[in-house]
Amino acid sequence: MIRIEVSRRRQHSQFFAIASPFIALAITIVVGAIMFALLGKPPLAALYAYFIEPVTELWSVHELLVKAAPLILIAVGLSVCYLSNNWNIGAEGQFVMGAVAGSILPVLFPQITGPLVLPAMLVMGMIGGAAFATIPALLKARFNTNEILSSLMLVYVAQLFLDWLVRGPWRNPEGFNFPETRTFHADAILPEIWSASGRAHYGFLFALIAAAVIWFVLSKTIHGFEIRVLGESPRAGRFAGFSARRMIFAAFLLSGALAGLAGISEVSGAIGRLTPSISPGYGFTAIIVAFLGRLNPIGIVIAGLFLALSYLGGEAAQISLGISDKVAAVFQGLLLFAVLASDTLIRYKIAIVRTGALTNGGAR
Amino acid sequence: MSPDMAQAILLTIATAATPLLIAALGELVVERSGVLNLGVEGMMIMGAVTGFAVAQLTGSPWLGVLAAVIVGALFSLLFGVLALSLAANQVATGLSLTLLGLGVSGMIGENFIGLPGVKLEAISIPVLSDLPFVGKVLFNQDPVFYLSLLLAVGIWWFIFRSRAGLTLRAVGDNHASAHALGINVLKVRYLAVMFGGACAGLAGAHLSLVYTPQWTEDMTAGRGWIALALVVFASWLPFRVIIGAYLFGAVTIAQFHAQALGIAIPSQFLSALPYLATIIVLVLISANRRMTMRNTPASLGKPFVPDR
Repeated sequence: MIRIEVSRRRQHSQFFAIASPFIALAITIVVGAIMFALLGKPPLAALYAYFIEPVTELWSVHELLVKAAPLILIAVGLSVCYLSNNWNIGAEGQFVMGAVAGSILPVLFPQITGPLVLPAMLVMGMIGGAAFATIPALLKARFNTNEILSSLMLVYVAQLFLDWLVRGPWRNPEGFNFPETRTFHADAILPEIWSASGRAHYGFLFALIAAAVIWFVLSKTIHGFEIRVLGESPRAGRFAGFSARRMIFAAFLLSGALAGLAGISEVSGAIGRLTPSISPGYGFTAIIVAFLGRLNPIGIVIAGLFLALSYLGGEAAQISLGISDKVAAVFQGLLLFAVLASDTLIRYKIAIVRTGALTNGGAR
Repeated sequence: MSPDMAQAILLTIATAATPLLIAALGELVVERSGVLNLGVEGMMIMGAVTGFAVAQLTGSPWLGVLAAVIVGALFSLLFGVLALSLAANQVATGLSLTLLGLGVSGMIGENFIGLPGVKLEAISIPVLSDLPFVGKVLFNQDPVFYLSLLLAVGIWWFIFRSRAGLTLRAVGDNHASAHALGINVLKVRYLAVMFGGACAGLAGAHLSLVYTPQWTEDMTAGRGWIALALVVFASWLPFRVIIGAYLFGAVTIAQFHAQALGIAIPSQFLSALPYLATIIVLVLISANRRMTMRNTPASLGKPFVPDR
């Protein structure tokens, strides 16, 4: 028999704290290569299409930033949630509600134009996402309701609400019955950063700013300490005078607002109108981004870029090698598994031992 | 409402409730061992795609069900290795099992979209199925339906009347004491997790072989998550899971019957009902602390690393 033996380290391993995301990447790539080989595709060519090809041209680097923006924005907010032990997994719903709230102006009041429209939309998007995230926060703080289940259930509610809006009251009257709203007017479009070379819009800058601000809060202020203490030991937090209840609201409101900002930025910067499906699962992929970035905003920026690559790579591999773009979702799931497995190395020593007649395994 | 219509409604409720019941019963056993596996949705969708694919390829829905059960159990092993042997965070590991399951099933299922399914036919129990009114509802159903009720009784007996069940509860309530008593905590938990995976796989097979015999991506549509909520709703008691599952079955099919009755509510609002009902039920249950605390396995969600 072979057995995995885990024993607690006296101190967290500094080495593995840095190395674990890279170990996870290596595991994912090896497993991915095996998977491609099993599918009958040349593994190296497939890996090239996934992880290299999308960054070989300037326009596709822009596309990378378009996809990375919502992932980073959402994941930065989630990192605060997870560090403080608040399991918000409904960011997808907060993304959708942010997009809906932010779209009120250009869809219902297209006659209102001017330079103030866009800032108003962004603020309304943040409010929409934060308001939707308040529901699981309130239920957790007031009734002790499991926030994992309530926030996830609300994702379905938000998606159905969006579906109803774009097929019903918000449908474009001149749209030949397509389920989509009117196209946003020019003042409601989030501009491109460098429009001469590609599509990347200001959403990516918002993501970088959010990451920088949260990094500062987490590592340089008392609030960062408060978040960690309440997350790791609520009892110790209480003795220090920190309020777990206030932290629930702070974490959910912040992550909801950032998810909402991601939603309205995506709709106003990349799509230009509301449709029934405005997200290829950004809210869920961002959970992977948060963990791959080790819940650290700087790590999250890098992880967000990498997972954005998996979306682009999925499209590229479908075109060049005929590999289903569903493989991207498999890669993402694998990656989270690998990250969690590698993170174990930080806190535990792992030994694979052979147990049998010759060892004293039976004596334990 | 005519008796015929009432009978038809009861039949659809039973069909909608069965996968919820099976998945929730499996998770109940997992949680009784002190493990929180949030991967139910992922294991269920793996069961659904496996059941459909194997039934399609072999022509036998029975083989499909069997394969779904096996794949569900094997898939849950991934969670087991990570959350049990490697003591990883159970919430995050369960989530990743769900994400992986949704991805892998989408990839496998791509080859089966639009193909006609193979339906697991109902088995009519002689004599009993001729009983007026209840005969059709209770004794002329698909085999998985019968199994789900047997499972509920069996699990109740196992947990509260058998020695092995006592061991399971001991591990879930205090893993350190159970370890000190010489119980192999990880072994018990591995078995529980695999049982939960097998149940989720079976529930998925019911979806793709009985409920809607076809494959569509993400066809579980959050049922795995609702099953998780049902365990809390039932405060970890098997018979209450039956009540919960049938309540939710009723809410799920309300949308179809509301349309048939000509109630003018947008379909999206009716589709949102099961999810909203889940939240409301969770709030009602969790607000009552005494009731939740009594049966909650005390070690739920806490990783166990034996001292050496």
